[in-house]
Amino acid sequence: MGNGTRLGRVRGLGPSHHGTGHWLQQRLTALGNLLLVTWFFVSLLRLPLGDHAALHRWASNPTVALGLILLVVSVFWHFRLGLQVMIEDYVHGEAAKLLSLVILNFYAIGGAAFGIFAIVRIALAPAALGPGGM
Amino acid sequence: MAGKEPGGRPLSPHLGVYKWAPSMAVSIFHRITGDGLAIVGALMFLWWLGAIAAGPDAYAAFVACVWHDPEAGTFHQITNILGKIVLVGLTWALFQHLFSGLRHLVLDTGAGYELKTNRLWSILVFVGAILATAAVWLYIAKEALHG
Repeated sequence: MGNGTRLGRVRGLGPSHHGTGHWLQQRLTALGNLLLVTWFFVSLLRLPLGDHAALHRWASNPTVALGLILLVVSVFWHFRLGLQVMIEDYVHGEAAKLLSLVILNFYAIGGAAFGIFAIVRIALAPAALGPGGM
Repeated sequence: MAGKEPGGRPLSPHLGVYKWAPSMAVSIFHRITGDGLAIVGALMFLWWLGAIAAGPDAYAAFVACVWHDPEAGTFHQITNILGKIVLVGLTWALFQHLFSGLRHLVLDTGAGYELKTNRLWSILVFVGAILATAAVWLYIAKEALHG
């Protein structure tokens, strides 16, 4: 039994039916993470992390809020792909594997939605909530 | 696993039979640190973000639990210590996964598979992650001391 032609395999016509998509997305989000997490990490080191008003002002800046949303999308998609591979490698038995993958998707998508919603709340909060709080 | 396989088919050799080498360790640590960041790191991040969105009181509660509580009871004294351990651990996991991930991107191009080269870069990933973590936390400690 053959596995199709080389071109067919690359186009996602091989036995898995989604070719190199997973592998490529892992790399693309890795590059996204490299940029966004570096920016976020340096920001954390420079911010006064005990000062809620200052943090709120920082995160409600439109550019920062956009960066944070992109960070959540890139990081959560990256780890969804990574944990999927882990589950496929170490969870045996079809039922346990399926359940683990469902939980993983709920966690990754639910977590990302929570994160993005929090960023939107910060960005769109009335100005009175920002400075002067506490 | 062994014995439960239908027909007792042979299993591929698992971790136990290999002699540890830097390339193997760096691969395993890539997975462990990825897991840790995805679960502990992501939850801490969401907690922090949600607390900022919820307002000054919620954020003060977050800081009191994870970092420093001015009126520390026994519970918060413990969680303050645990919080710092987790944050140092996450910093190390981030650098280990970052450097290891960069190594993977280089390997993806087909470079770096020669035995000595591969060994050298694997060791450098570990050394780099520890040095970067130490540098970051020395900086944080320095900043904390000066105000």
